[in-house]
Amino acid sequence: MSFISRGFRGKRRDAASSSRVPPGQYVVNDFPVLSAGPTPRVAFSEWTFVVEGEIDQPKKWTWEEFRKLPTEEVTKDIHCVTKWTKLDTAWKGVSVDTILEGVETSAEYVMAFSYGGYTTNLPLEDVTGGKAWVAYEFDGQPLHPEHGGPARLLVPHLYFWKSAKWVRGLRLLNKDEPGFWESNGYNMYGDPWREQRYWGD
Amino acid sequence: MARAAVLGRLNWQLGSVAELVQETPRVASLVLDVPEWQGHLAGQHVDVRLTADDGYQAERSYSIASAPEDQRLAITVERLDDGEVSPYLVGEVRKSDKIELRGPIGGYFVWKGGDDRPLLLVAGGSGVVPLMAMIRHRSASKSTTPTTLLYSSRSEDDIIYKAELDALSAAGDGLTVAHCLTRMQPPGWRGYSRRIDRAMLEEVAWPKQQNPIIFVCGPTPMVEGVAGHLVDMGFDPASIKTERFGPTGG
Repeated sequence: MSFISRGFRGKRRDAASSSRVPPGQYVVNDFPVLSAGPTPRVAFSEWTFVVEGEIDQPKKWTWEEFRKLPTEEVTKDIHCVTKWTKLDTAWKGVSVDTILEGVETSAEYVMAFSYGGYTTNLPLEDVTGGKAWVAYEFDGQPLHPEHGGPARLLVPHLYFWKSAKWVRGLRLLNKDEPGFWESNGYNMYGDPWREQRYWGD
Repeated sequence: MARAAVLGRLNWQLGSVAELVQETPRVASLVLDVPEWQGHLAGQHVDVRLTADDGYQAERSYSIASAPEDQRLAITVERLDDGEVSPYLVGEVRKSDKIELRGPIGGYFVWKGGDDRPLLLVAGGSGVVPLMAMIRHRSASKSTTPTTLLYSSRSEDDIIYKAELDALSAAGDGLTVAHCLTRMQPPGWRGYSRRIDRAMLEEVAWPKQQNPIIFVCGPTPMVEGVAGHLVDMGFDPASIKTERFGPTGG
């Protein structure tokens, strides 16, 4: 450590919880909102979720159909690139493994895309194997539009901008392409434990 | 969206506090000499990292307040009493202290100028900071882009950059500033005396036929409300860029 901030003490946490907080993050108790534009209004009657791209038979669900898929309840720590970490967040939704069940694809990447035009790119292996969900309940309540309702992607092991709000589908891709924030200075992968916040990190 | 070139890593660098400006009782600007600063766009932010003598570190992001044209880099920080970093930046830091930072960060909530579309800027509290960078950039680049800032503060004492905004809007080059004070108004106050609402936006906003570029920055409920009203008023959601901050942080 080369530089010391004169007179800075900081607020330290106990070791148990700090082992769950990635470098440069701090713990919050509320749930901050970050979005680049207005919150899209999506009627349940018009909501659909699709899987498209490198797939022979694209898949599509209406809200009613989607709600009939097997659900999982998970409790995860989430890490936003703007530095806040929220511990033990409780979600209910559909595993991406369930969504991709039976899909044969040569794709190695996915682009999640959303109502309102948001996109974010991920390696396929980061949304399969029990690592990602399409969540529609938070803390036992329907997911509020500010936080991405009707449904958002949940990929808790990556910075939270990868957990696309208002998600409406996954596009399977052979080649990695930058999504919205990834085109605007943010990291292509976004591992909070390696502090991959920005381009070049 | 155009694919931007991938830049190298944003390295931590040291800035030296050249000037401290107490903007309001709770808000100060730190004007920094950053020898290796590569320049920025109006609306971008920086990460600040503090290190205690035992190696403990804390990082936060702050909007850049200075124009790209300015010689020095300024950030404006609101002191949050239960915060970790802001009470240090507003209270402890003195002139000539060094601050570790990296940036600039963010390529979306930016205004580059050179565009005839009018600007509508809507700020709540310290959400004015990145919008002030745009206003300063507009002035420094001699832009006459028709620009309106609608700026909500709690009281007159809480208005950040008040004197500078008064001077810039008096220059007659197309900048209009409309203030609203939500909690306390001085005698004879002629601005708005309520939270920003749809009627207020209809009074100050450019006609949608002029296709304005809109930036909204402030606390989440304010940004949600304003952005929702603007969509209801018929503005293209894609023309409305938002940045939000909650009461947490520090």
